[in-house]
Amino acid sequence: MTAQLRGKSAIVGTGHAGFGEAYGLTSYDVMAQSALAALGDAGLKMTDVDGLFCTMMEDSMPALMAAEYLGIQPRFIDGTMSGGSSFVNYLTSATMALDAGLCDVALIVYGSNQRTASGKLVTASRPPAYEAPYNPRYPISAYAMAAARHMHEYGTTREQLADVAVAARAWARHNPEAFERGPLTREDVLGARMVGDPLTVRDCCLVTDGGGAIVMVRADRARDFPKAPVYVLGSAAASSHRQISQMKDFTVTAARDSGARSFAAAGVSPSDIQAVELYDAFTINTILFLEDLGFCAKGEGGAFVEGGRIAPGGVLPVNTNGGGLSCVHPGMYGIFTVIEAARQIRGDAPGIQLKDIDLALAHGNGGVLSSQVTAILGSQNTL
Amino acid sequence: MQDAKGPDQFFQHALANGEISLPMCEDCGAYHFFPRVLCPHCYGAAISWRQSSGKGRVYTTTVVRRKPEHGGDYNVCMVELDEGVRMMSRVEGIAPGEVAIDMAVTAFVGEAEGVPVVLFKPSEG
Ligand SMILES: [Zn+2]
Repeated sequence: MTAQLRGKSAIVGTGHAGFGEAYGLTSYDVMAQSALAALGDAGLKMTDVDGLFCTMMEDSMPALMAAEYLGIQPRFIDGTMSGGSSFVNYLTSATMALDAGLCDVALIVYGSNQRTASGKLVTASRPPAYEAPYNPRYPISAYAMAAARHMHEYGTTREQLADVAVAARAWARHNPEAFERGPLTREDVLGARMVGDPLTVRDCCLVTDGGGAIVMVRADRARDFPKAPVYVLGSAAASSHRQISQMKDFTVTAARDSGARSFAAAGVSPSDIQAVELYDAFTINTILFLEDLGFCAKGEGGAFVEGGRIAPGGVLPVNTNGGGLSCVHPGMYGIFTVIEAARQIRGDAPGIQLKDIDLALAHGNGGVLSSQVTAILGSQNTL
Repeated sequence: MQDAKGPDQFFQHALANGEISLPMCEDCGAYHFFPRVLCPHCYGAAISWRQSSGKGRVYTTTVVRRKPEHGGDYNVCMVELDEGVRMMSRVEGIAPGEVAIDMAVTAFVGEAEGVPVVLFKPSEG
């Protein structure tokens, strides 16, 4: 979105359900519980929802399935599927739809039971024809090859990758909602089972159940709700490929583009951001996105995260809920970057609540570093 | 190859005959991969086929770890051919962990998952 839409919409409710293990529930059950939680947070009813923004890991028409399950007949639907970034992307379309009067209450929602249903990533997508015969393990092989190239070009080390996981766990240890809260050291990460060189199982996101939901309204009525509104100041998407073999430079993501446009729309720069919530499917993601979003120069991401610099008490708070590495990762994590950023701004984060947060960034990743969406959220003070 | 209508069919038919053919744009002269009906560089639709030199370098690589009873570890990598295109593949003839970035490799037509595919081996010399 452009500066024209800056601050036109606000998040007035967030909710989640089924974190960790949601035994006996379907993905749509978890989706619906999340929707109820977010509507309750906003003091709204299901009948108030007239805009639905949803996709799921299963089915070819998941937004219709969700509307049917919830018992609503929305007048605006966006089911764009760009992987885990979809839910950050919906901030743009929801803002547009709200601003244009196409809907008055936008519900962004997701749910998954992938852990208790199968124990592994569930996906409806087919393996790409020109990659499938080589049996890459999706999605880890793609991220492992990006990590290997980054190490080759910039001297990034496995220790630095490990420090991303250690920092995520350090945040998660304070978050009662996080799934993995035990201690984790650099040695634990390095010594864990190698899954796809150079990444061990501790360099990889969790496989959990869980769902999340966000309720948005136009800014002009955003102060009429129980919780402090969180405004969408900027959001922008960029995509560079679908199959990893088509990614031009494995060390540079389209986040460079999505970030630049989101910052431009919001009228702020990386140094203004007080909390950074990134889609950390693998430890290399955090390093790539910190570089591409402008928090450090290309190639310096390894040094930037080293030795607790993005952990509690470090120089930049990154993934303050514990991220996909330690908090929750139900197939698609994007919505949780927005929820944690919003809660940090509202002042009701479940784990470590940072002081006086007015500006936070949420970044979604989809596919295999394919789709990048950056959103900048702000408090009333930033309007 | 008279039966091969589309670009994917053409590529697969050539592979089945032991040849690695690459699509090249007649308008801008650039190669592309995967095969398609237009050039992704200039969008020209006049595509011709050229036999690949088979020479390339490993752009990046990983080892997929797999239990020995399921067949053991194997290599997955990206190879950049001298023609300027990149493809996913596997380097054979050396241990999967010995495949290194920038290693010079040579293509051959092998088989994977029951279909002919482009594989690579370390170049000699
Ligand atoms: Zn061309």
